[in-house]
Amino acid sequence: MFLLLLCLTGLPLIFHHEIDEALGYAPKMDVHAPGAAKLSLDAVGRAAIADHPGSVLLYMAWDKDEPGMVSTFTNTSVTSDPQTTVVKAFDAYTAKPVGLLGTGPMLVMLRLHTDMYLGLPGKWFMGVMGFLFIVAIISGVVLYWPFTRRLNFAAIRKQKSRRVLWLDWHNLLGVVTLVWALVVGGTGVINAYAEVMLGIWQRNELAAMAAPYAGKPTPTQLALLDKVVGNAMKTTPGMDVAFVAFPGTPFTSTHHFAVFLRGDTPLTSRLVKPVLLDGETGEVSDTSELPTYLKAVLVSQPLHFGDYGGMPLKIIWALLTMFTIIVLGSGLYLWAIKRSKVRRGARLSASTTAALGPSS
Amino acid sequence: MSEAPQHRANWWRVFGAPIVVGVLSLAGLLSALLAGDPGRYFSWFALGVPLAIAAWAYLRKA
Repeated sequence: MFLLLLCLTGLPLIFHHEIDEALGYAPKMDVHAPGAAKLSLDAVGRAAIADHPGSVLLYMAWDKDEPGMVSTFTNTSVTSDPQTTVVKAFDAYTAKPVGLLGTGPMLVMLRLHTDMYLGLPGKWFMGVMGFLFIVAIISGVVLYWPFTRRLNFAAIRKQKSRRVLWLDWHNLLGVVTLVWALVVGGTGVINAYAEVMLGIWQRNELAAMAAPYAGKPTPTQLALLDKVVGNAMKTTPGMDVAFVAFPGTPFTSTHHFAVFLRGDTPLTSRLVKPVLLDGETGEVSDTSELPTYLKAVLVSQPLHFGDYGGMPLKIIWALLTMFTIIVLGSGLYLWAIKRSKVRRGARLSASTTAALGPSS
Repeated sequence: MSEAPQHRANWWRVFGAPIVVGVLSLAGLLSALLAGDPGRYFSWFALGVPLAIAAWAYLRKA
């Protein structure tokens, strides 16, 4: 049933951009004249703080498909509950707020899909469910042979009983979606434990990067954001800024900004590169590649969401999800029939034994 | 039509087509990520194969 929940909530999430737009939950961007100049990042940052007085900036992010939009993440402090973080989009040209991000029905779907509103334990539980999904797929492969060895591939025995018909559909849809389902299930498990891996990175690689600056206080006066981002981009020409983590947030140390740079291909746009910069001076402190396990998390995301091949891939992804729902539903149906048969058989055997009386 | 002509279990007959579909699916999943626009078009074809097989099985006469 949890696997069905994962599929049923995952299905609308494939089209969350489109659904958010249709329901009016997507930011509405103004059109600007070609060549219009963007405001400084600090102006956008000030606008975000002014929009939520008393809050601090945690992150600023840029969507590669919406270059005129800046996403800001604010909360009362850098250590506040992440679930209370306000994510708001601003116009990069006017610093005008253009709407909240991650709200509405799609947020409900996302929470049901990822943690069932149970926070980290919910994520881990869903990770276990994802693992069981993989086990179920493998058990299906083992059972495929005895059920289909005397049939042609894709045989659907339409003239036989309803049970046989659903058995054939279960086998066919299960086997043709096997690799896709394994990849989506496996990447879902990786995503469920992403926060654990982020914690490992913080304690190891990030701590090593920040070690020379240990004991330095939290900056009282932050460096200008434009200088921070400009210095970060100079370290790796050709890469663009994906997001900035402010000092004290989980993606950096208490004294540093972390700027995460990305490439421009479907793969390199996911494999971000962190640059650590001094929170007060904005000078580059260190830069490194992400460890393999975090790269695995980042690469697993598109392979789970199916959002990297345009609308046709999204539609295919949705249809394959529907096939998986049918496989799960027919599996439950076949299991229920088999169970009732076994019970009927046991009752019949018991009544026969009772009618014959005790054997001597 | 649906029963195999010879009632003899053959590993390749049972798993051959699923293996081809699986390899195509994996290639499709990776091509959109690694090979730009051509990879994206290939992924539509490769991941569309399971849909085509299901449609063929549904529309085919018993």
